[in-house]
Amino acid sequence: MLTFEGAAFRQGDFTLEADFEIVAGGVTAVIGPSGAGKSTLLHGIAGFVPQVAGRLMWDGRNIAAAPPQDRPVSMLFQDNNLFPHLTVMQNVALALVPKVRPGREVQDRVEDMLARVGLQGLSARKPAGLSGGQQSRVALARALLQDRPVMLMDEPFSALGPALKDEMLDLSVSLAKGRTVVMITHDPADAGRIADAVIGVVPGRALSPVATQTFLTDPPVEMRDYFSPL
Amino acid sequence: MAHRLVSIIPALIVAGLVIGPVAAVLWRGGGFTALSDADADAVAFTVWQAFWSALISVVLAVPVARALARRQFPGRGALIAVMGAPFILPVIVAVLGLVAVFGGRGVINAVLGPLGLPRLDIYGAHGVILAHVFFNLPLAVRLILQGWLSIPSERFQVAASLGAPLFWLLEWPMLKRIVPGAFAVIFVICLGSFAVALTLGGGPRATTVELAIYQAFKFDFDLGKAASLAVVQLALGLCAGLVALLLARGDMLGAGLDRVVQRWDGSRVLDAVWIGLAALFLLAPLGALVVAGVPGLALLPEGIWAATGRSVMIALGAVVLTMALALPLATKAGEAASLLGISVSGLVLGTGIFLIVQPYVRPASVALPVTLLVNVLMSLPFVLRILRTGVDGAKADYGRLGASLGLRGWALWRIAYLPRLRRPMGFSAGLTGALAMGDLGVITLFSRPGQGTLPLAMYELMGRYQMDAAYGAALVLVGTSLALFWVFDRGGRVNADV
Repeated sequence: MLTFEGAAFRQGDFTLEADFEIVAGGVTAVIGPSGAGKSTLLHGIAGFVPQVAGRLMWDGRNIAAAPPQDRPVSMLFQDNNLFPHLTVMQNVALALVPKVRPGREVQDRVEDMLARVGLQGLSARKPAGLSGGQQSRVALARALLQDRPVMLMDEPFSALGPALKDEMLDLSVSLAKGRTVVMITHDPADAGRIADAVIGVVPGRALSPVATQTFLTDPPVEMRDYFSPL
Repeated sequence: MAHRLVSIIPALIVAGLVIGPVAAVLWRGGGFTALSDADADAVAFTVWQAFWSALISVVLAVPVARALARRQFPGRGALIAVMGAPFILPVIVAVLGLVAVFGGRGVINAVLGPLGLPRLDIYGAHGVILAHVFFNLPLAVRLILQGWLSIPSERFQVAASLGAPLFWLLEWPMLKRIVPGAFAVIFVICLGSFAVALTLGGGPRATTVELAIYQAFKFDFDLGKAASLAVVQLALGLCAGLVALLLARGDMLGAGLDRVVQRWDGSRVLDAVWIGLAALFLLAPLGALVVAGVPGLALLPEGIWAATGRSVMIALGAVVLTMALALPLATKAGEAASLLGISVSGLVLGTGIFLIVQPYVRPASVALPVTLLVNVLMSLPFVLRILRTGVDGAKADYGRLGASLGLRGWALWRIAYLPRLRRPMGFSAGLTGALAMGDLGVITLFSRPGQGTLPLAMYELMGRYQMDAAYGAALVLVGTSLALFWVFDRGGRVNADV
């Protein structure tokens, strides 16, 4: 259970408040108009945006003040997920050891994971030699290999075409089974496709999660503007 | 916090290296031997020549920059690249090139003489200004060209379709924004002019404060007077430096000058004339140097190669030390600390260091290390300006990714940041090396005969009127400087995955 207790995150002079629980082991989508604070919420969980009020509980522990590397999260960023000067192998191995020359055992584990995301035989390439979809797979492989209970996704597949995006979402969710996945999307169809619950974000406030079907058919009052055609 | 110490210690070192000598100068010059008339003249001349040098450079740069901004022609990119070269061209080499064109036995006099026209004399106040314009016109062109290219091309399209006056609508506001800063930067550079004044100026009507410091030091060995003058130079530099800092816009690197704004106005012929004149003014001295230098290579005295070796060692040492200090200092606070160095002239620092070491060792025996150190302090502000953009970019792009992977401290730098910095590091290392290689400043205060650097050896050849050998030495010097720059800059580019 990831619990926000009167939490507030501040980025510059923008503040986002959150006071609810995210159920462990499920997939939760974050939806809302641009600028409302979707990224602030995710980056707050990851520890990149400072928490200025309340507590953030995971497993009975308050992680509100923990530095990013000590939090139970791995993250897929919107862009700049891969170091362009490192090979696929080196990029993914960083999930396990902070070295650019990983040992044999680490290399084997990386190859295993690359195979699971469908990237056999590409470990020696650099990101520039991969397609956009392949790059997403590398980033996904690394986030999975980090083996943290919470996986945050800041629209990592937004630059892909619709079919490829759907494929990557399905792959992510199936490989991350058992983890708590929180992902930003601006497409309600994405939420309908993979999410168990949806967090609506209105300017300055993240609303409590609502079951996906309910959210889509009967959105919270605060989100009506977002869904209305005009 | 260990990583804070990593940046605090170099900042303290740099501040100490600047403040120590300045304090020594202030302490020694504290008595303030009242400035003589000659000293007052030097102050007046320094400000006067800097004003005219900056004004002429900027006024000429405007039409050249406009022509470059709106015309596409073969060699345009090369010409703009060449305009970056004076920055790393050793001052004394450029001076010699100008002598070859404008000097007594130069190309222009060879034409004027037979026509019965008055002869040009490059030595004196106008020679100093001429050399400063040679160095700073390209800088002004690049800064102003940047301003022109920062105007979105859509604006020109809108203005053209409205038939609106382009100049008042688009160009005048831009010039008002850019030109004062360009003027101020050039004014500050010329204020600290030493090598140009040393070689082309001198005498009662063309002595800068820096040159007066040198003369007080070298000829009168009047340390009190040198220190007093150093205080004056310090005050001048600090005031002008602050003003320049406030006014200066745009970065000196001038990235992205390769596009052309399409426009539908102006005279092609006039633009071609401006570009042609500017190119001639910049390239003729270099061409003349090559013509005069090749035969001179045979006349080089024995000692020149040893001097070259010493200069290369100083250049390499300066690169290593500058980089070691620059990386941890690549923060806003660090850049501010390093600016201390740019507002203090090399000669003032040299005088201060001389005052400090004089009771303990013979200053001549530390001439080369001091030259190295002063060059490091002089390069740091430029290097930090270049590196900080890269460091900030790397942190913005990969800082969070690194943190989410648990990379910290040295591992974060080694794995994530340093590889991203190869290009700016290569470029700034090349700059540092070339500048140190060509520096003719503090070495003139200290060195023993036959133990100097290549620029000093070249200056000595000029002093003995062995001009042909001096031209030869200039070729060696410019070749080595450019080679140093090229090697480092290239090293940063090869195999760099952007």
